[in-house]
Amino acid sequence: MEMRAVYAECLAAMMKQDKHVVLLDADLGKASGTLGLRKDFPDQIFDCGVAEQDMASIAAGLSSYGFKPWIESFTPFATRRICDQVAISISYAKRNVKIVGTDPGIAAELNGGTHMSMEDIGVMRSIPGVVIFEPVDAVQLRAAMPVLNAYEGPVYVRLFRKELPDVFTEGYKFDLFKADTLKEGKDLTIFVSGFLTRDVLTAAGQLAAEGIDAEVINIHTIKPIDREAVIASARKTGAVLTVENHNVIGGLQSAVLEALAAEKVPVCAVGVEDRFGEVGKLPYLREAMGLTVENIVAHARKAVSLK
Amino acid sequence: MNYDLKEVCKDIRCDIMTCIGHLGVGHIGGCLSIVEALAVLYFKEMNIDPAQPKMAGRDRFICSKGHAGPAVYATLANRGYFDKKELLTLNQGGTHLPSHCDMNLTTGIDMTTGSLGQGFSCAVGVALGSKLEKDGATIYAMIGDGESQEGQIWEAAMFAAAKKLDNLIAFTDYNRMQIDGTTMEVNDLDPLAEKWSAFGWNVIDVEDGNDVEQVEEAVAHAKLGRGSEKPTMIILNTKKGCGVRWIEDLGTGNHNCPVSEEQAAAAIREIRGED
Repeated sequence: MEMRAVYAECLAAMMKQDKHVVLLDADLGKASGTLGLRKDFPDQIFDCGVAEQDMASIAAGLSSYGFKPWIESFTPFATRRICDQVAISISYAKRNVKIVGTDPGIAAELNGGTHMSMEDIGVMRSIPGVVIFEPVDAVQLRAAMPVLNAYEGPVYVRLFRKELPDVFTEGYKFDLFKADTLKEGKDLTIFVSGFLTRDVLTAAGQLAAEGIDAEVINIHTIKPIDREAVIASARKTGAVLTVENHNVIGGLQSAVLEALAAEKVPVCAVGVEDRFGEVGKLPYLREAMGLTVENIVAHARKAVSLK
Repeated sequence: MNYDLKEVCKDIRCDIMTCIGHLGVGHIGGCLSIVEALAVLYFKEMNIDPAQPKMAGRDRFICSKGHAGPAVYATLANRGYFDKKELLTLNQGGTHLPSHCDMNLTTGIDMTTGSLGQGFSCAVGVALGSKLEKDGATIYAMIGDGESQEGQIWEAAMFAAAKKLDNLIAFTDYNRMQIDGTTMEVNDLDPLAEKWSAFGWNVIDVEDGNDVEQVEEAVAHAKLGRGSEKPTMIILNTKKGCGVRWIEDLGTGNHNCPVSEEQAAAAIREIRGED
């Protein structure tokens, strides 16, 4: 099932249960998978047209009236385009608005560099009070949606739209503020967010064949990062690799480094090396940006060698 | 209760002078220009109760030109939302009265504003919320003329008309001055009434937005717009710094300027007609 279908299904359930849950769009209902919900929720879904700034502040206004607004757009337009509205109308004003950005990083594929957010986590991470959540699969997203809706405050959801292989299994217990250890290990820790998690598990398998026992931890909530888990695992393994579909500046690597600032642990990173995106399909973009299993394995070896 | 609105305007103006004079500097021009609108709303038209500032279904006022905070605070204090003595804490560390409006700090403030253009969209969201709740409230918003150069104002204008938000009554404080010069010099807004009309709004052009009777009449007329399926824009042709001669004479220099306690005391005598 596509991630956007899971997202839409969860939203529908929440809107059905609570008429104060509302969804605002900026002419991307079709892309976000929510267009089909409009006929069932005419008084809860509003299209603001191509006016993301207006959408963000309208949501803040609705929040002040007791509504629980969700807003959605592509990641660049849900973050850098409306940075000041998120900062002032939403977070500074303590408004309860959920912000969904779809097609993060290279997932924007054929929309290319203009739509490829390599900096959205950095933008949102620098705004006080915004929680940043990036799901890895449908199981985690389904578990998270009601938790996000119940959380009182702004959350940015970095949503891969298409189908992703399951990492988690049914019965998974989600805690918004606790990282998930997917594989225990003793030689290094790989912290990963988003759709690259499956690739990190594959890489961990290859590393095991070489005798490197990697611990794999999914950081689904990049802010506030689970510092306790990051520090404990880094101390245990003594080497760290971060893997992210985002600029290595401002994203997961930065968050992990901040948590480990007082630790004597080497940290290596796989991510976008401070460059803009470009047009292409995922396999091409993975190669172009170095977001491959081979590169993850190579950087893991390097991190271990630095111990 | 019926208030003498001309006297209310004097009280609000004097309190604006007192708190900005006490601080020594402030956005005096754009505070003094909107006093009549504030008096009409808070002392005549709005369904509010200072004893229950969060009353459900209350009318709301959103000052999108958030730098006019001191004018709103002076109005709220006069209306009984908080003690007038608190006005002297304006912009002091730890105050509940920051230069720009903050809904989380000040009793009676319904929206956090200051980054221009955003408060107006927030007001549109509030008006939509009131429509959905069917509570019959009227939502008022004040925007600046310089603020109207923000693209977000026009995004909100379009949405409010498209969603038929006839419970929204907005004002433009059209004093024709902004920080770097007159609006005509910087980035001309005219023809402003035609713009709002073209965006699908009812438009009321008030010849003198500092004549409290003209403002009263305009708001009463605007309320009749409920049922028209259109929001209403009241363009207030105002004088920046209105009520204090030397501040008026500063022209564009009065946007944010020093005011000593002596100047404030003299201004209060002028407002009271004691000179």
